[in-house]
Amino acid sequence: MGLIHETDFGTPGRDGAAVTLEIDGMSVTVPEGTSVMRAAMEAGVSVPRLCATDSLEAFGSCRLCLVEIEGRKGTPASCTTPVAPGMKVATHTKRLADLRRGVMELYISDHPLDCLTCAANGDCELQDMAGAVGLREVRYGYDGANHFDAPKDESNPYFSFDPAKCIVCSRCVRACDEVQGTFALTIDGRGFASAVSPGGDNFLDSECVSCGACVQACPTATLTEKSVIEMGQPERSVLTTCAYCGVGCSFKAEMQGNEVVRMVPYKDGRANEGHSCVKGRFAWGYAVHRDRVLNPMIRERITDPWREVSWDEAIAYTADRFRAIQEKYGRGAIGGITSSRCTNEEVYVVQKMIRAAFGNNNVDTCARVCHSPTGYGLKQTFGTSAGTQDFRSVGQSEVIMVIGANPTDGHPVFASRMKKRLRQGARLIVVDPRRIDLVDAPHLPKALHLPVHPGGNVALINAIAHVVVTEGLVNEAFVRERCEDDSFARWAAFIAEPRNAPEALEEATGVPAAQVREAARLYVTGGDAAIYYGLGVTEHSQGSTMVMGLANLAMATGNIGREGVGVNPLRGQNNVQGSCDMGSFPHELPGYRHISDDATRGLFEKVWGVKIEPEPGLRIPNMMSAALDGSFRAIFIQGEDLAQSEPNTKNVYDALQAMDCVVVQDLFLNETSGLAHVFLPGTSFLEKDGTFTNAERRINRVRPVMPSKTGLDEWEVACRLATALGYPMSYPDTSAIMDEIAALTPTFSGVSFEKLDRLGSVQWPCNDAAPEGTPIMHLDHFVRGKGHFVVTEFVPTPERATRMFPLILTTGRILSQYNVGAQTRRTDNVIWHPEDVLEIHPHDAEERGIASGDRVMLASRMGSTTLHALITDRMPQGVVYTTFHHPITEINFVTTELSDWATNCPEYKVTAVQVTRTNLQLDAEAAE
Amino acid sequence: MDVSDITRMANQIADFFAASGHDDAVKGIADHIRHFWDPRMRRALYAQVDKGGEGINPLVVDAAVALRQTDQSVASKT
Repeated sequence: MGLIHETDFGTPGRDGAAVTLEIDGMSVTVPEGTSVMRAAMEAGVSVPRLCATDSLEAFGSCRLCLVEIEGRKGTPASCTTPVAPGMKVATHTKRLADLRRGVMELYISDHPLDCLTCAANGDCELQDMAGAVGLREVRYGYDGANHFDAPKDESNPYFSFDPAKCIVCSRCVRACDEVQGTFALTIDGRGFASAVSPGGDNFLDSECVSCGACVQACPTATLTEKSVIEMGQPERSVLTTCAYCGVGCSFKAEMQGNEVVRMVPYKDGRANEGHSCVKGRFAWGYAVHRDRVLNPMIRERITDPWREVSWDEAIAYTADRFRAIQEKYGRGAIGGITSSRCTNEEVYVVQKMIRAAFGNNNVDTCARVCHSPTGYGLKQTFGTSAGTQDFRSVGQSEVIMVIGANPTDGHPVFASRMKKRLRQGARLIVVDPRRIDLVDAPHLPKALHLPVHPGGNVALINAIAHVVVTEGLVNEAFVRERCEDDSFARWAAFIAEPRNAPEALEEATGVPAAQVREAARLYVTGGDAAIYYGLGVTEHSQGSTMVMGLANLAMATGNIGREGVGVNPLRGQNNVQGSCDMGSFPHELPGYRHISDDATRGLFEKVWGVKIEPEPGLRIPNMMSAALDGSFRAIFIQGEDLAQSEPNTKNVYDALQAMDCVVVQDLFLNETSGLAHVFLPGTSFLEKDGTFTNAERRINRVRPVMPSKTGLDEWEVACRLATALGYPMSYPDTSAIMDEIAALTPTFSGVSFEKLDRLGSVQWPCNDAAPEGTPIMHLDHFVRGKGHFVVTEFVPTPERATRMFPLILTTGRILSQYNVGAQTRRTDNVIWHPEDVLEIHPHDAEERGIASGDRVMLASRMGSTTLHALITDRMPQGVVYTTFHHPITEINFVTTELSDWATNCPEYKVTAVQVTRTNLQLDAEAAE
Repeated sequence: MDVSDITRMANQIADFFAASGHDDAVKGIADHIRHFWDPRMRRALYAQVDKGGEGINPLVVDAAVALRQTDQSVASKT
């Protein structure tokens, strides 16, 4: 297979009434508002162009796309001229050819003629256009004033900016504005001095977020990936899916042999529609990093050195130890954890191994520590554990409420969609203790920011709902038709109580009542309103209650069941949705069906040929507790660094050390593998064959672009281990695994690799009722039938600021890094975030004599760590914030044992701490 | 299982259901624990209740008593 070249129609598509016109004698019908250039492409006629590309609005600067239109004067630019009924257009005439050659002569007279040694040779639109217009000479010569000596900007680690090759078409500037929404670039100067500028000295020090949109838009070699400069042009493409956040962007992996040259966002990928962020676009180098462990390793004790062994020996060794433990301590003494970084097929096989070969339900997944409350809360209220919309839906929203999420850092490609809608006039409500970037981003309308006190979410959502109910803003017709009468009546009576008024809850929320009332009124009366939320909602002791509070609000106001509305979790990892769908929770089989349901268990028992334990198993924190009491002795951990990511790290260390056998399957040695007895090398997303399911329930294909570096795919490892444990398990390939999933899971019954390859992707439910998937859920009725309201009593977390620990710590992530950093720390992304820092309000810092850059000790009742301080007024007074990307910081030594009441999702967002200056060294500095 | 963990988690569940009145709260707590807790956790809860239920919300105690009567998988082992 060669390179995939997507058709560029020159200008964006339009929706509108059909218009028929004639182009070069051919009749063509397109929507009203379409450009003549695009209409020509639809008819198969390519009009020469340089400043136009279909991801950007027409600009009309290059003057290459001129056409003649019967009855009109001159030669208008086809990119900026909309079609009209009966219009007759000529795209190729002698007059036009002469004009275009003249334009090209001017461009080329100020362009280095180094095509043979240029990195873009063979992938240069300027080169193509010179050929297309038949340029044979440049009458002006090359000795005049030019830009050949303009210095290159090599500051960005991933791409080079060579202004000598720039034709100032503004595609990069417009991509930054229109696609990414960052507005980091501009055209500096006038006339001949015009030049693309990142505003400051260079790209690295500018506001550029390295999304790559400018590089992709550039028609010359001005902005070029350094990997292309180093390696040359790719020779083949493989369509696959990014392995970072829950947006699940589609990419073309562009290859030379088995080496990746670059990752290019795929225009037809429905999650991202051709856009990307710095992680997916550039930070893939970890997959081939020298730290990868490629051979299995075992050791008797964790104090022994690792010993490389064959796959057969590693699997036999693991099976022997697991069996011995079960014989001595019982069937329930072992368990496993699936990973949201693995494919649906890999996750399905691991949970099957645990249920069928281990013989218990001690299976959990890393969603436990992020969106398990989403699963619980949305299932209780709507009937299924998933977001309601597709990503495109935000383009129809008139009010967007972002709660406990920071999309520009955590879900940047979706954030770009959201910002585009906001620039079109949608109103924004941000609920977050911090003043996140969305609150006052340039070129966006100022958001209504509710700086909720950490731990006050449920009080806030109750206060908002109180305004809705008591001010007569309930959508009575929707509630009457779509929701339960009795649960609504109970909830409405509760929420209308004066103790839920914004004024009464002001102390708990930390938000002035007037602002709460303003937000409530805006959410209800501003038009179609959508809720997008993240871990700032779920990672609380009342995480599940808050999710149900959001669902209550959406139902009470009728903001469910159509485009532009809904309740939407922004999932943290690429396959959090999928790993939950695949039965990774200890109480649920694939498709969110409870393990105690005899009929469901019977289906699986028939296909799997084994009895399934009807009792729920242990969740991750329960596994740790059971390890400490001696009843849980061994664990299989697929792609999760428990010792870094779980809260209350000391407890995790103690628990893992108490176990007799810890098996880690991962790309790299990590904090957890330091306590492991078996290390099974995992495969990167570039080696995997399967599917990921993103936050909009979209099932996307993940295709191997190179052979497995370990010799075995991860699903094969699970099959072999299950077999060694006495439960024969095998599949001919991963499509057969998906076929089994489809056969056993009603919401997946219409899914197959053949369909995914044919359609590109589908959103579940995908079955006989919706053979091509379901973009928007709960259209006519909720999955559970009638919507269920839940009384959401506010119960303050026991974790509160005290005299000893007077500040509240919240944790989160940053754009350039990803979760525990195992991937991004092994890329050049470290240039933007080499360490975790503590953000602190100026007043809190001054009280403690802390300056930015000072080393500080961060201590809670659980433990302490040291890191550098960053004073910023985006923090509210009394709250500090840091990230958890670097194991050196070990921030989870500080976080507590508290968790969500329903799901045990840890309360990462509320830890009472004290911050003091210290002369203690960071571990890394001490080591040096 | 650590008694303080079991007590804390059970009491949190009670805090959520408490608003629905005694009988519904007891049923809600029992259902939740039955659906989401591994048998050894339920056993630990029953054992703590047997010891007098120190620190355990009375709603949880009532729920544990009710749940235990139908909890076949655990009853035989306590």
